Order: sequence, then C-alpha cells, then structure tokens
Amino acid sequence: MSEADRIQLEGIHLAFGSRQVYRNLDCRFPRGEISVLMGGSGAGKSTLLRLMAGLLRPDRGRVVVAGEEITSLSERDLFRMRERIGMLFQGGALLDAMTVFENVALPLREHSRLSETDIRAEVERRLVAVGLPDTGGLMPRELSGGMLRRAALARAIVTDPEILICDEPFSGLDPLNVRRIEALLIELNRRLGLTMIVTSHHLPSSLRMASQLVFLIDGGAVVGTPRELLASEDPRVREFLEAETAGMPGFEAVPGVAS
Amino acid sequence: MISALRTLGYRTVMLLEHLGHMAAFVGEIGLNLVRPPFRFGRLVMETFDVGVLSLAIVCLSGATVGAVLGLQGYNTLTRFGAEGSLGAVVGLTLVRELGPVFTALLVTGRAGSAMAAEIASMVTTEQLDGLRMMSIDPIDFVVTPKALAMVLVMPMLNALFILFAFFGGYVIGVQLLGVDGGTYVTSLENAITFEDDVAGTLLKSVVFGLLVGIIATYRGYTAEPTSAGVSAATTGTVVTASVTILIFDYVITALWGV
Repeated sequence: MSEADRIQLEGIHLAFGSRQVYRNLDCRFPRGEISVLMGGSGAGKSTLLRLMAGLLRPDRGRVVVAGEEITSLSERDLFRMRERIGMLFQGGALLDAMTVFENVALPLREHSRLSETDIRAEVERRLVAVGLPDTGGLMPRELSGGMLRRAALARAIVTDPEILICDEPFSGLDPLNVRRIEALLIELNRRLGLTMIVTSHHLPSSLRMASQLVFLIDGGAVVGTPRELLASEDPRVREFLEAETAGMPGFEAVPGVAS
Repeated sequence: MISALRTLGYRTVMLLEHLGHMAAFVGEIGLNLVRPPFRFGRLVMETFDVGVLSLAIVCLSGATVGAVLGLQGYNTLTRFGAEGSLGAVVGLTLVRELGPVFTALLVTGRAGSAMAAEIASMVTTEQLDGLRMMSIDPIDFVVTPKALAMVLVMPMLNALFILFAFFGGYVIGVQLLGVDGGTYVTSLENAITFEDDVAGTLLKSVVFGLLVGIIATYRGYTAEPTSAGVSAATTGTVVTASVTILIFDYVITALWGV
C-alpha cells in the first residue's frame, strides 16, 4: 500500500446468505481527502464502512487501515485500531440513557487522562463547533434529526481521530441541515486533514465535497474524481447519475449526464 | 431418512454452536469481572434499576402468596388439630422453595425481560457498534454490570419476598383465623435453621440471579437488529429463564437437599 492511501481494500468478497454483495472489490482511500461512496440501495455502502471499521469481516480479501491488515485482528486489537477511527452512524448511535454531554465525554473519560474540568471544556468546545451550544444537558431523544447527527459528529471527532467514517450523514435531513453538516465535514477535512469516507445518496453535496467518488456497482467499485465520473462512458454510472439528476436544473449542461 | 438425519445433524451442530457462543459470552463476562476497569458506578446504577423495577411486584406478590399459604395451611392443618404449626409450614415452604423460585420468576418477567429488550434495542439502534467504534467493549460496559446487578439483587429481593410472605401468612393465620401470634412466630423460628434453610435459599437465589442475568443479557446481545428481534429476545428471555429456573431448582434441591 502506498503511504498516500489511508485505507485499502483488496479482492474483497462478501455474501449474506445467497446474496453476493462484493465480488473481488478493490478500492483505495487516499490520506487527507474526502471520498464519497455512492450506489443504489443494497449496493453495500454501509457494509463497506463496517468492513473498514472492523465491525464485519469479509469472506475473502484484505482490509488495510493505516498500514495494518485488520481482517485477522482479535477483538482486543481491533479496539486499539479503532482509536484511529471516528464513526458517524446513520441514526447517530448515541447512548439513549445518557445526556448529550455524557455521550460526547464518554470517549475522553474512557481513553484520556484529562481532568473532569478539561473534559467539560473540551466537550463544550466540540458542541459549539458543531453548532450545538447549551445542549449538553439534553437527552438524545429530545434532539431533532439534524441536531442528533451533529451531536454524534461531535462525539466521533472528540478524540481527534485520523479517519472519519460517515454513514449517510445527509439522509432524512432538510436542505439547510444538509448544507450545515456538509460545511462541518469540509471544515474538519481542511482544518485537521482528516481522511473522510462518506456514504451518500445526495449527489449535489457529494459533488461539492468529494475529491474521490466511489460508485459501488455489481459487487465492484468504479472510482474516479467527480469530474471523471460525470464524464464517464460507463453505462452503469451514467444510468445512476441520470436517475439522480433527472429534472435537476443545472445538471443538463454536465457532459455525459444530459438527459 | 437421509433428510431426517441431515436435519438432526444440522440442529445438533447449531445447538452446539449456540452453546459454544454462550460459553464464550459467559467467559467474557467472567474476564471483565477481574480485569480493570471496574465499573462500580454503572453497577450501582443497574442494581438500583433492577431492584426498583421489581420492588413493588415482589412485595405485593410476597404478601399475597403468604396469605394464600396461611389460608391453605390453616385449612389443612386444622384437620389434624395442628394449626399451631402454621408458622413452620409457611416458613419452610417459603424459605426453601417458593421464595427463591417465585422471586426469580417475577424478576425474570419484570427486570429480565426489560434488560433483554434494552440491550436488543441498543443492538438495533447501533449503540453497541457505537461503543465498539469508541474502543469500548460493550460486554464490559453494558452487559457485565447488568448481569452482575441481577446476581446481587436476587437474594435481596428474595429476602424481601419471604418477609412480606411471612407477614401475609401472619395477617391471615393470626389476625383472621385466630392462630395464636406467639405460636405462629415461635414455630416459624424453631423450624428454620440457618445452615440448611437460609443458606439454601441464598444459594438458590444467587444461582437463579446468575441464570437470569446471563440469559437476559445473552438474548439481548445476540438479538437480530430488527423490531422482531427485540421482541424475540424479550419473550425468549422469559421462556428460557423460567424453564431453566425450574430445572435448576430441582437440581439444587436434589443435590443439596434444600
């Protein structure tokens, strides 16, 4: 693996029962860049994130994260490896028995030697950064969808991971919240140099954010820059893009996506 | 014929695999009990939750069961003119059998099912995966304090059940049916010995607590991440734990004579 790649997937095969999800999938995710995974429902976007996070093992193939092959690691070693990764789950995955503050403070309380005062200050700083000041005392169920996603983002980045994995950060959100979370992710990437892997159905924000787009199609991956993929002659990519952009003003002019 | 054999083989393999997973799960809980960090705060919280959830139902059922025992015991004993032994009959039945078994069944229905449902819904909403991604072992953080709380709470609730049942029996036998109060208490005191009866009831309730704790957390932890999975984990806990409690009650009684 080249030093420029933060995560590399090689020859991945995975099946759930009789449903083959990946057939010999190869893909690299460059360091410090935002890669967006796209594909239809059931194409295996979230599953690919779970493979990278070590929450799932492939039937065959190698998953290399920051130079370390993780498919054969024990659960203990996976815990060590995951200290490099922050993950934003689609539903937030905040612990619903704890307040927002306790949720964001949890990774610090578990893995740092910070004093309670420092933890308090750090959590407050992160909550302000995601635009949620004064919400620490609320329970997750009291938050709206967008707020929940942002609180979960605060928790995912509170330990300053090198890699941030986001599962559908925009799904079910209104355009204002989509722009807000998109801006947060771009800012994190620019300011901290975080390597980001994001799954999304949302084509406009994907095109704005991504330096690399990964289309999951027929169990494999088609990889390229947004410009390359928009100009792609691959009928499967074109079909997806045309379906996504149908009737969307401004996209008629994009070469290869004219409908 | 071949297909029947194949099904039998498949079922046996699945059962063994299931038991293997469960053994590994219990081993993981055991390891977490001796390996830091020790989560006293979470243990206290879980103990409080399990205890408070079951308190009302255990006290109420205790008093009712005691009252029924008082009534049935009196009706039977009075035929032999032995109603003076009512305290002994109520006491021995409760301490040796009904106390630990009833308490365990009630706690299974109330707190055990809630425990399984809570963990299963954490699986469904990816909260356990969220913990894993924060490099926190869910068995250490969620499961172990809950299972241990069950072991700690069961003997306490058992004692409470027995106390309320004594009281229920007293109210019916002494206040309503006219057995002498002093005789009731003295016969109860004389009949119960510490090394056989009290130690026995403690042993039973600790074992039952362990069983309910393990079954409830295991069913929750291994639930399918769907709403049907949550409901299967909940009902599965009640059914499996209830049957296991009754089987172990017989085994302990047969082996230790309590």
